[in-house]
Amino acid sequence: MSHSRTASGGGHAATRTAPAPSDPAPRDMAPGGPVPERGGSAGRLRARRARNRQWGALLWVAPALLCYAAFVLYPLGQSIQYSFYNWDGIGTATPAGLANWQAIFTQPELLSAITHAVELIVFYTLFPVGAGLAAATLIRELKPGPFSTISRTILFIPQVLPLVAAGVAWTWLYSPDGLVNQILRAFGLGATTRAWLGDFTYALPAVGVIGVWVMLGFCTVLLLSGIGKIDPALYEAASLDGAGRLRQFRAVTLPGLRQELVVCTTFTVVAALASFDVIQVSTQGGPGYQTLVPGVEIYRLTFLDQRIGQASALAVFLTVLVLLVIWPIQRLGRTD
Amino acid sequence: MTQLATIRRDPVIRGSRVVRGDRITRTLLLVLLMLFAIVPLLSMFTAALAPQGSNPPGLSWPAHPHWGNFADAWTGANLFALFQSSVLIVLGVVPAAVAMATAAGYGLAQLRVPGGKVIYGVLLAGLTIPYEALITPLYYDIQSVGLLGSRLAVVLPLIGLLMPFGVFWMRAHFVSAETALTEAGQLDGGTTWQIFRRIHLPLAKPAISALTILFFLATWNQYLLPLVLIDDPAKRTVAGGLGAFQGQYGTNTALLCAGSLLIIAPSLLVFLVFQRNFVKALLQGAIR
Repeated sequence: MSHSRTASGGGHAATRTAPAPSDPAPRDMAPGGPVPERGGSAGRLRARRARNRQWGALLWVAPALLCYAAFVLYPLGQSIQYSFYNWDGIGTATPAGLANWQAIFTQPELLSAITHAVELIVFYTLFPVGAGLAAATLIRELKPGPFSTISRTILFIPQVLPLVAAGVAWTWLYSPDGLVNQILRAFGLGATTRAWLGDFTYALPAVGVIGVWVMLGFCTVLLLSGIGKIDPALYEAASLDGAGRLRQFRAVTLPGLRQELVVCTTFTVVAALASFDVIQVSTQGGPGYQTLVPGVEIYRLTFLDQRIGQASALAVFLTVLVLLVIWPIQRLGRTD
Repeated sequence: MTQLATIRRDPVIRGSRVVRGDRITRTLLLVLLMLFAIVPLLSMFTAALAPQGSNPPGLSWPAHPHWGNFADAWTGANLFALFQSSVLIVLGVVPAAVAMATAAGYGLAQLRVPGGKVIYGVLLAGLTIPYEALITPLYYDIQSVGLLGSRLAVVLPLIGLLMPFGVFWMRAHFVSAETALTEAGQLDGGTTWQIFRRIHLPLAKPAISALTILFFLATWNQYLLPLVLIDDPAKRTVAGGLGAFQGQYGTNTALLCAGSLLIIAPSLLVFLVFQRNFVKALLQGAIR
């Protein structure tokens, strides 16, 4: 950023000497708000540039926008369209009216997939954010040092691994000879051992715990870093006012962590509702439909049952569901 | 005098005891959380060293560790081909996606893009769209252009799918950058490109490298897209290939665990090498 380079020759000369636009409006569009009147050619030049830049600026955004439109917006539109047809992916599609949409609310299999996704929020969001918050409150500060770095790194590891690997690892942990049963036996709870992922009652919570494993460290690290940024003077003031630990938590910690909480909650809720990898690898929705979630059901409907219309209706519904849940969380983060 | 001393000392003693007790609770809590994070991987590791076809216990160091299991898994799962394929897909996705996201983030934050607010809003909405919601039409679209089964079938959609987060991330960075710098650059007669290249790009390095790591992980760990769009497991990403491997060696715990560990090794390695900057950038970037 050399300030000596005031005038560059060549191609810019034309822009420079070109008559200034008679309309002063573009000047106000310059970056950083209205430009104070300067009179000289510099002001006009800038105004001129700013206007030129407007349409040129689209070029910066265009590649990202085009890719996004082609591979996200367009397919989403197609999903909406398909959802009103019956189509096996090969033959001709026949209009289905609202049948595919009705099925979501009436067919037990589809309905259970959605219920499970909502139940998974308890595991992916409530447990990790709750436990992460408790841990962060108790630990409060991580003094910078090797232990802090190591603990942060280790806590983060489950988050950076492929979810497929998490699925494989936990399939092994939950197996009859796996670690979970081994620990139960060690504590004399041999009677409670079982093949967890094959159990009709416990399969969904067991899959949920995998979500806890993936999310807990991430939430804890994020909340810990947030709590470290809260001014200690606030805690001192609160305790001088006679506020106990609970009051301090409610009056200082929670408001101070609002941003972090919103990020954690949003991120984990999307992961819960859109879960696929872990379940496809560990249970494929079974036993029965006990761990069926929308992601797995969309995959099944499309590639096993060839019911494209039904899969698309569920896909669009899932998108709407995510938006509906995220919306209030985001609003909570914005109010100030 | 002595009385005063005891009175003075007493709270101090109690205080330090409380602090020490606190520190022990804190450390214990942290260690517990760390164990929860790491023990599943350790259990996988000890199982990977057990004799093939045996029923290894959940967590115990085998008397005779079978290190050869890793070599067997490497050949059995055709991991070399899978790694090669993953690298190709990563090379196709990450540089392009990072460049596009950086350009768009810069445009939306520092330039006056017509309709910029709307464009940003539409992109942001994409953060909530699950991949599964798009996979069905994507499959038929990719099929109709004849790319099904090729690596491009994963590369192209993945670039598009990564855009919402990438643009969000880079825009957040460029918004916090000084607009005064842009103005100074304009006064000096710099073109938009020069101002970006000379002023903003160097300052954006930490944000860009964090995004690069995030995109690497997202691509390397990607499972759904390769599973659906590439039928030949050898052309998938390693994560996509692990699924096929699991079907093949589902009952051979030792080999499955060894293969899984080999597959997660690059993600782990990249994270461990860059973790210091990565976690810091992530923590700052998430809260802007």
